[in-house]
Amino acid sequence: MASRNYWKLIAATSALLLTNLALAQTPALSVKPPIGVVVKKGGTVDVKVMATLNEGFHLNSHTPTEDYLIPLTLKWEGGLEEVEVVYPKPQLEKYSFDDKPLSVLTGQFNLVTKFKAPSGAAPGPVTLNGKVRYQACNNNACFPPKTVPLSLTVQVLP
Amino acid sequence: MVNRSALAFCLAVPAVLVIWLSHRAEQPVYRPVKDEGKRQMAPDFGLKDADGKTVHLSDYRGKVVLLDFWATWCGPCKMEIPWFMEFERKYKDRGFAVLGVSMDDDGWKVVKPFIQDTAMNYRVLLGNDQTGDLYGGIEALPTAYLIDREGRIAVQHVGLTGRRDFEDGIEKLLEADSGDKRAALN
Repeated sequence: MASRNYWKLIAATSALLLTNLALAQTPALSVKPPIGVVVKKGGTVDVKVMATLNEGFHLNSHTPTEDYLIPLTLKWEGGLEEVEVVYPKPQLEKYSFDDKPLSVLTGQFNLVTKFKAPSGAAPGPVTLNGKVRYQACNNNACFPPKTVPLSLTVQVLP
Repeated sequence: MVNRSALAFCLAVPAVLVIWLSHRAEQPVYRPVKDEGKRQMAPDFGLKDADGKTVHLSDYRGKVVLLDFWATWCGPCKMEIPWFMEFERKYKDRGFAVLGVSMDDDGWKVVKPFIQDTAMNYRVLLGNDQTGDLYGGIEALPTAYLIDREGRIAVQHVGLTGRRDFEDGIEKLLEADSGDKRAALN
């Protein structure tokens, strides 16, 4: 009886891990915008979005070393003025499929956006919708560009 | 104590399996040409080439075809393209053709300049998701298929593959056909 239970446990654990493995074979970028962001009207605020790319993949930085590569971008729409987006410092990595090192990002990184609230902004919550576009590869294959939507609420103070 | 060991064993077996498989998934794997009886028909499609002409895969029946799904933004694809150009030159007189299917969302405006800059000597078609779906959904690029003269998939390569692996497959398919013809003549 105990032996049968162990095999059941092995089967269940295997199924779970293999599901994770299947998901891990394609790149996935998760983005986490902050909560509780506030800005005074007429003022500016830096918003840090934490992004995580699953292990085994890299994505092109905002400033790829080759023209043909699709850069990482973050674009916003909404009630605040986007002053600038500061992209993370990329790594230069050499891959077997290119002669030159490529400017890439891996693992966890932050995308920082500086927003300005107009001096005439009405106090209260403002919703901003963003889109992170990226294109990722592993050591021997590349995957189509993807866009990840994100939403952020900023409280405008008087 | 026994239970703890057994539990550790139960967790370790799948973990080792997953680590091994995930490592293996990143490595190019040699895939030999399938036996004839195990080959499935390559799904037919009609796509436009750079001149606007609709080309069907079935137009190539009777030839050995290297069908390559690629994109201009794909580094590993760019590495394989010069090999494919050489295969086209080397084997076209023996009934072989390379057919590239670009999966670029931006279409000909990015693909045509790439074809010119690279001086690609084989036909390139503009693909779409529907075509990819016919082949089970093309997730990773490059994905290439070697198709025999009867239009059957002899081998699929996902990701950057060794040049020698492609060439072995092409030679094998071309030789098999020559052998069939000789047998028929005798």
